[in-house]
Amino acid sequence: MALLDPTTQGEVDLTAALVDPGKAPRNSSRARLIWLRLRSTPRFWVGAVIVVGMIVWAIAGLWIAKWSPLDQDLINSSTGPSTSHWFGTDDIGQDIYAETVSGLRKSLVIGLIAGPVGTLIAAFVGAFAGYLGGKADAVISWLINFLLVLPAFFILVLLSPVFKSLSFLVLTAFIAMFSWMIMAQVIRAQTKSLRDREFVKAARFMGVGTPTIIRRHILPNVASLLIIDATLGVVAAIDSETALSYFGFGIQRPQVSLGVLLADGTPSATTRPWMFLFPAIVLIVLLFAVSLVGDALRDAVDPTSGNTRD
Amino acid sequence: MTEPPLLEVRDLSVSFPQASGIVRAVRGISYTVNQGEFLGIVGESGSGKSVSSMAVMGLLPRNAVVTGDVLLRGESLLGRDDRELSRLRGKEIAMIFQDPLSALTPVYTVGNQIAEGLMLHDKGLGAKAAAVRAVELLRVVGIPAPERRVNAFPHEFSGGMRQRVMIAIAIANDPNLIIADEPTTALDVTIQAQILEVLQKAKELTGAAVVLITHDLGVVAGNADRIAVMYAGKLVETGAVDDVFTRPVMPYTIGLLRSVPNLVTAGRTRLVPLEGRPPSLSNLPPGCPFEPRCPIAVSACTTEEPPLLQLRGGHDAACIRAGEIESGVLHPSDVFPRPEPVAEGAKVVNERESILSINGLVKHFPLTAGMVFKKQIGTVKAVDGIDLEIRGGEVLGLVGESGCGKSTTILEVLEMTSPQVGSITIAGRDVAELSKAERLSMRKDVQIVFQDPMAALDPRLTIEDIVGEPLTVHGTSRTERRRRVAELLDLVGLEHTMAGRYPHEFSGGQRQRVGIARALATSPKLLVLDEPVSALDVSIQAGIMNLLEDLKLQLGLSYLFVAHDLAVVRQIADTVAVMYLGRIVESGEVGEVFARPHHPYTQALMSAVPIPDPEAERSRVRILLDGDLPSPTDEISGCNFHGRCPLFKLLDPARQQRCLTEDPHLRVIDTTSAACHHVDQNTLQPL
Repeated sequence: MALLDPTTQGEVDLTAALVDPGKAPRNSSRARLIWLRLRSTPRFWVGAVIVVGMIVWAIAGLWIAKWSPLDQDLINSSTGPSTSHWFGTDDIGQDIYAETVSGLRKSLVIGLIAGPVGTLIAAFVGAFAGYLGGKADAVISWLINFLLVLPAFFILVLLSPVFKSLSFLVLTAFIAMFSWMIMAQVIRAQTKSLRDREFVKAARFMGVGTPTIIRRHILPNVASLLIIDATLGVVAAIDSETALSYFGFGIQRPQVSLGVLLADGTPSATTRPWMFLFPAIVLIVLLFAVSLVGDALRDAVDPTSGNTRD
Repeated sequence: MTEPPLLEVRDLSVSFPQASGIVRAVRGISYTVNQGEFLGIVGESGSGKSVSSMAVMGLLPRNAVVTGDVLLRGESLLGRDDRELSRLRGKEIAMIFQDPLSALTPVYTVGNQIAEGLMLHDKGLGAKAAAVRAVELLRVVGIPAPERRVNAFPHEFSGGMRQRVMIAIAIANDPNLIIADEPTTALDVTIQAQILEVLQKAKELTGAAVVLITHDLGVVAGNADRIAVMYAGKLVETGAVDDVFTRPVMPYTIGLLRSVPNLVTAGRTRLVPLEGRPPSLSNLPPGCPFEPRCPIAVSACTTEEPPLLQLRGGHDAACIRAGEIESGVLHPSDVFPRPEPVAEGAKVVNERESILSINGLVKHFPLTAGMVFKKQIGTVKAVDGIDLEIRGGEVLGLVGESGCGKSTTILEVLEMTSPQVGSITIAGRDVAELSKAERLSMRKDVQIVFQDPMAALDPRLTIEDIVGEPLTVHGTSRTERRRRVAELLDLVGLEHTMAGRYPHEFSGGQRQRVGIARALATSPKLLVLDEPVSALDVSIQAGIMNLLEDLKLQLGLSYLFVAHDLAVVRQIADTVAVMYLGRIVESGEVGEVFARPHHPYTQALMSAVPIPDPEAERSRVRILLDGDLPSPTDEISGCNFHGRCPLFKLLDPARQQRCLTEDPHLRVIDTTSAACHHVDQNTLQPL
């Protein structure tokens, strides 16, 4: 994880000592530096434009559609893309375009909630375990390791009868609950090294309380890691949701997600490819774009990829 | 036609293109090194001293743009490919790096690493012969039991021993030039003295020329024949060591020499601060780069950068007023006058009540082995029964080498919990008896300033939040906090308009001032200063030291000043305690201890400190200690210093027996206390 370590200064960097830290890059903070580096990465722009575009599409896509996801156009069932049904229709005459937009909406909501929530859990659990050390650390580490060996997918499958009847938010919560452990370990290790840093010691000797130290000193110093994790967490959450729904354990009809649409389209993927292809393309483009943003973020934050100083 | 010099650097420039602009690390330097000569290159961090020598070795990263020429015996080294250079490196030129741990490969034995260098350059050498030679080399550099140690891995050596191994590798092929880049910076003074001795020995054995790169003027004074001072990527003064030290011409050199605390003069005069910071090497303004910091700058200084002017006798300096300074029209004390001490009226007179009292403090850490079933396999005696006392307005200097227990001692004081054995009393209250609320309010009275001002300030907070943080604990209102922060920043000599900025916008010295301001926020009685200047560049140190002295007088503060630099302690402390392996071996009034040290360890420590005065350096008798600080886990019977003690070797067997069996306690000798049985036998010469 050394590559992501925000507490290490750049590797042996001859120029680092020469660049006057106050003046050389004129910016005022590390966040600005990251933004400067991000700005010059084409990957970031490609990813960000696509992600924003998809979000806008998910919100507004149904307004311009001629059909709602629940409408059935039985006369035109199982037809390919046309001026009336842009992405074609399925076997019972539902408009694939409307369904795709509505599925994208659900998948995005689940991803955008589950990813950051998982990161939030990771941040707090990891920071407390790392900072407190001793018994609390041992218990939390044991819990993390226990959750890590549990086959998350299998458990979600087992639990699916429970949340099938409930709101999709329950599914979202379960996905978040099984996605924070590795990051929590990273944060824990980071916190352990931060705890020995002098500014944390100084705060401790001033009498600053543990929650305040974590909020004021620990979390801001791992913030860049958390942002990356939250971004890539979106990808992971959408992946999990899609896989669960594909096998019928996630989102249930009449609600649709991209996974549900893929499952429905699979049997006819060779004969009527539009039923499978359009949701699949949307999913791939979405995941690809979010990954691009996460990847660009990682490079911008990574202290070894350039002359970052913190 | 005379023979070309061994190394000639001609108008060497190195620049690094970067997003923020071109960083011109080295800007046209020329120097020569003759066969067998010892050249010291001095400069602060960022002055280009390391980069220029890396350029000589051809070890710069690929993005560096190098112009000019480097000639080894008249043959150009620049522009050769890596393979050709590799043949020269090691055989002709050898390099010793600052950090011997990262310079040695951890997975090979040191013997293998020495043999590798030997066999690379001498194809005819067999593995057996190389191994024999490796043992020989280790013996030369003073590694005990080399036959056994040759098969050890780098991590089994201490820092000083690793640096010896590095020297052994460097001299393995009998090079003509050894470049040593801050070879002793990471080491303790007594080890530094040993390493410099080995380096001199290596030089004598191989007849090689040595280029020693360092920031420590004292090291240069004692070892080098010639000195080159670098500033902002340029040579600003070169000459014979005696010339430059006694008659410096460039104002930067003058300031540097006057700002360094000197063991001989420290404590009697105030230090001369060299204000400001070195310029950024990207976008250098025209004119002399030292002009903004130079007290004698004239308008001509801002328009053109002065070239290195030849004075007499090979003494060159880059200053347009060099003539005036050299002829004596401008005296060094006119260039950098000594600052006035604090006026009498501004001083706070303190009742000499006890602020901190430590009695018989012990801190032992259990050493455990095993992952699942932990068992204790030994004890680390970090602090082994010490007494310390600080009175109001007093400064206690706690000195010792790394690993002696200084840090553990101050942590014990700051934790304010009941110690394992002994007691800690702060302002008359035993910390073991404090309730939680009382302990919190007691924290107001004791604050700490850390060594590394970068690590001690949270990079994500503004200066206002950092300095005001101690006040948040004690429920001070936001407006009151803001007012106090402005007041504190003024007090430590910073603009209070800087409050909204972040730590990385400040220079090292300014950051340390911020750290001091934070420590003063709660109006403490005692400041614990943990090596407050050792991470700073020499020119910055004086300003911080003066600030600490002034604050002590203005606010009536007491300091627990922890340092390994004896000159710094001599400058500021009233009393001093010398620590060795968890024990205090000598303590007393600072003038007395420094003038007449009684314990052989104190004597060795003092003689190991380099003095930035070539004449004084040459006339000194060095007391070298053997080996390294023993591990605090070792069970040593009797005096724990006997294994390294220079006095022990001179004693007769009966007296030696006493050292081996009886643990000495501090006892009063003349005006100081020392823990040595045989003070009366001591014929070692201090200083």
